[in-house]
Amino acid sequence: MPSDPQQAIAIVTAFGERPIFGPGDPVRILTRSPVGHYRVPIYLRGKTGTVEAVIEPAGVDNEEEAYGRNAGAKRHYYRIAIPMTEIWPDYVGSARDGLRIEVFESWLERI
Amino acid sequence: MHPQDHGHDHDHGHDHPHAEISQAGQPGYYEIMETAMRELLVERRLFGADEIRRQIEVLDSRTPALGAKVVARAWVDPAFKARLLANGRAACEELGISFYDDTGLIVLENTDEVHNLVVCTLCSCYPRPVLGLPPDWYKLKPYRARAVVEPRAVLAEFGTVIPDEVEIRVSDSTAMVRYLVLPKRPAGTDDYSEEQLAGLVTRDTMIGVVPASIPAGRADP
Repeated sequence: MPSDPQQAIAIVTAFGERPIFGPGDPVRILTRSPVGHYRVPIYLRGKTGTVEAVIEPAGVDNEEEAYGRNAGAKRHYYRIAIPMTEIWPDYVGSARDGLRIEVFESWLERI
Repeated sequence: MHPQDHGHDHDHGHDHPHAEISQAGQPGYYEIMETAMRELLVERRLFGADEIRRQIEVLDSRTPALGAKVVARAWVDPAFKARLLANGRAACEELGISFYDDTGLIVLENTDEVHNLVVCTLCSCYPRPVLGLPPDWYKLKPYRARAVVEPRAVLAEFGTVIPDEVEIRVSDSTAMVRYLVLPKRPAGTDDYSEEQLAGLVTRDTMIGVVPASIPAGRADP
């Protein structure tokens, strides 16, 4: 018997159960324009940033849920760090100044 | 005076209008929509009028004094502070502050290197379980738009000038997570009790627009 109980159990996780991005991953926020009230502000669509943290616990897509549609399986939100200079080319302030925002997995792509 | 001449130097029945406490003007579009929606939901028995009243009581019971208690505890108890930064919601619950909704709480520590500022550009997301209702300026578009475009200029208008070598982090709260700023403990407060420290923590310090400080004239606790 292995001494580490974690190794004694081989579990299989469901699709989407594990976060697909991790801290440090570079990501782009998608440029989409669905009709309705979406939680990704337009000023950040298409911007690139870095995953700072995975936000637990996973949740359903509250955008779908808000319209009464089947919100599907749970996915993660990620805390994304974006330099201010990436958002505003003429930003006035330190080059290290940045924005943080939580973005649902379906709005992110790996770069 | 003629009885029809309606001055106020006589006894009279109140059959004429006096100024009364009333709603001024017509309700707006969204106000009517909210009322209609609420009445429909009650009518359909999806929730009751008493639940609405109760939720208003819940909101009314939340004030910045709760957040101040959390901050003061973090200043005096390093182990609590570590738990607070790791899981804001769980640490607040330790102090008996319940979260009546499904939001999480990330606590952002201000240091000599980093200054945090909180905004909700889309609406008015705010850590209501620990701070109560947000101030009006927090909900208005000038703050919501400018906080993410020119945070240093906005902070300066609150009287907070952040040196260039200090990094500014603006957290835009949009969905499941709310943010509470843990301000720096003011210098010269080593002999303050936890309760005295809590007295220095105002609402605005926990949004990140001003630092916590000893008010002028109150240097001696």
